[in-house]
Amino acid sequence: MAQAATPAKPKLTRAWTAADPILEVRGLQTYFPVTAGILQRTVAHVRAVDGVDLTIKQGETLGLVGESGCGKTTLGRSILRLIEPTAGQVLFKGEDLTRFGAGEMRRVRRDMAMIFQDPYASLDPRQTVGDIVGEPLDIHHLYTNKKQRTERVSELLRVVGLNPSFNNRYPHEFSGGQRQRIGIARALAVDPSFIVCDEPISALDVSIQAQIINLLERLQDQFNLTYLFIAHDLSVVKHISDRIAVMYLGKVVELAPAGELYRNPKHPYTGSLLSAIPIPDPRVERGRQRIILKGDVPSPVNPPSGCRFRTRCFKAQEKCAQEVPPLDTVHLDGHEAACFFPLEAGER
Amino acid sequence: MAEHLLEVEDLHTVFPTRDGTVKAVDGVSFHLDPGETLGIVGESGSGKSVTVLSVMRLLQRPGRIARGKILYKGRDLAQASNTEMQEIRGEEIAMIFQDPMTSLNPVFKTGWQVGEPLQLHKQFDAKKALKEAIGFLQKVGIPEPEKRAQQYPHEFSGGMRQRAMIAMGLSTGPSVLIADEPTTALDVTIQAQILDLLRKVNHDFGTATILITHNLGVVAGMCERVMVMYAGRVVEQGPTEDVFANPKHPYTWALLRSIPRLDAEEHEPLRAIEGLPPDLINLPSGCPFHPRCPFRIDRCIREVPPLEPVGPTQLAACWVTQAGRDLDAAAV
Repeated sequence: MAQAATPAKPKLTRAWTAADPILEVRGLQTYFPVTAGILQRTVAHVRAVDGVDLTIKQGETLGLVGESGCGKTTLGRSILRLIEPTAGQVLFKGEDLTRFGAGEMRRVRRDMAMIFQDPYASLDPRQTVGDIVGEPLDIHHLYTNKKQRTERVSELLRVVGLNPSFNNRYPHEFSGGQRQRIGIARALAVDPSFIVCDEPISALDVSIQAQIINLLERLQDQFNLTYLFIAHDLSVVKHISDRIAVMYLGKVVELAPAGELYRNPKHPYTGSLLSAIPIPDPRVERGRQRIILKGDVPSPVNPPSGCRFRTRCFKAQEKCAQEVPPLDTVHLDGHEAACFFPLEAGER
Repeated sequence: MAEHLLEVEDLHTVFPTRDGTVKAVDGVSFHLDPGETLGIVGESGSGKSVTVLSVMRLLQRPGRIARGKILYKGRDLAQASNTEMQEIRGEEIAMIFQDPMTSLNPVFKTGWQVGEPLQLHKQFDAKKALKEAIGFLQKVGIPEPEKRAQQYPHEFSGGMRQRAMIAMGLSTGPSVLIADEPTTALDVTIQAQILDLLRKVNHDFGTATILITHNLGVVAGMCERVMVMYAGRVVEQGPTEDVFANPKHPYTWALLRSIPRLDAEEHEPLRAIEGLPPDLINLPSGCPFHPRCPFRIDRCIREVPPLEPVGPTQLAACWVTQAGRDLDAAAV
């Protein structure tokens, strides 16, 4: 990892306690090199995550929304160091993961897990369900004899609503929703306290999505889990999250409690996202005012100067091209937005 | 009887497989009137796409129409020859798909492709077709259409490709536009742009639109009428407003209650639909939804309910509501 590029970090002054945030992300950057020519020299960088600060409290669900290419998946993976961040800190229970070596990472990975979007691609088709769910137990030596392992696998399958007798079957014998349950059972195997859920329901049928959302909510209560819930569907994120962070081109542009974000969006991008989401009620839809954004998301290789949203923003002015608005430009109670000309109440 | 623009009667489309025959479309009837917007909602495997592919006669082998009529302006498309169908597809009924990249040819310039239907069906020469195409690219909101027309599809973003597809579909002035999940692959802000464009097309050109989607919100904002499909059958049909306000089929009822709503005031647990979508080779007896239905009665297990009027404006294939029970009241 890019240790050399990271400046010296301040030492922690006191030990982490359960009352502290379980996760603190500070100035996180993840860049991917763009190479060209026969020498494959780096000619530019994709700034997938470009300076993100986030805090997640224990037992909380932080929703992360944004459109494709905004960096939300990269952020989730950088937090778990499945992708190496370029710079910044990830403090998990007070320990900076970005400074850890492989052995220490293995130790903390017993406390964190990930649920993936595609339950078809994320399960090895040659492994039985029992081996898929049991693998984390093997890696982390979480049992002393075979019987213990079998019992734990059965328990995990039961917890996610699958029949324990399925443990000898293969993933292709299951539907999408059932596969997602297998993925969730695997994530729970290490008994984690923090789970990154990356679009866990996007690939599922509509009638199955609610089953998985309800399951994730029940498991959170049952095991006191903390979620980073990544999705593009703001209605789902609003339903499941306590707070929501909205990302645009590698930066968090707004952060607020879920209900507050819906009632009182400050960033024009959040406003346009909210107005773009169809509501399944013809009477509501008929009366809705829509902000239709112009154009597409610019390239993260060469993002616009100043505020990155300004090229599509209906409120942009001179200042937006010259200065980058920090997230606390708008600062209300627990609600922040990176915008010089925020939305007024009722303006969307 | 007034004639409809498009009328599908008792359509059956089957896919023979090694494991048995998949009844992808199992007795579907509906109609479309000039200028109207009809939504078809359902999950994957419900038969919504196969229904319109049957109408367009674009079924992949070994799929075939086993029985039924597809009357377009009085002609039965189920019996039409390939030559006749080419004419229909080029001039009368246009279709756009979920993934515009797979529907555009990567080796031809976009402007040429958009104008191609005019060369084939309206005998325009290449120059005139390109000029028309540029006009249509402009109408669908593509900036700098002259420059864009000279570019290849890979130089377009997803939203722009979908706009180009819509331009291509509209160029010959069809009476019907079928859009199969046109925004599923797109981001929400781009989805809003494309839906806005489809509304405009329907309004400005008077093109009747069939919109296929799994997103109930999209239907609510776009369609005058909606039909809900499950396991290859139409289970409910009616004016969108009535169906959403007062669904007469338990599947519609349950689906509407299972999705989180952005405008929900408080956090209420979602009412999930239990169980799984059915296996189309081994459909359950009786009503295909009965194993998942919270309102099921004995008759549902034995007999398939026909699609019949329930209330003044809606049709529903449900023994429970046909017997006069109200789902909201029965649920409490």
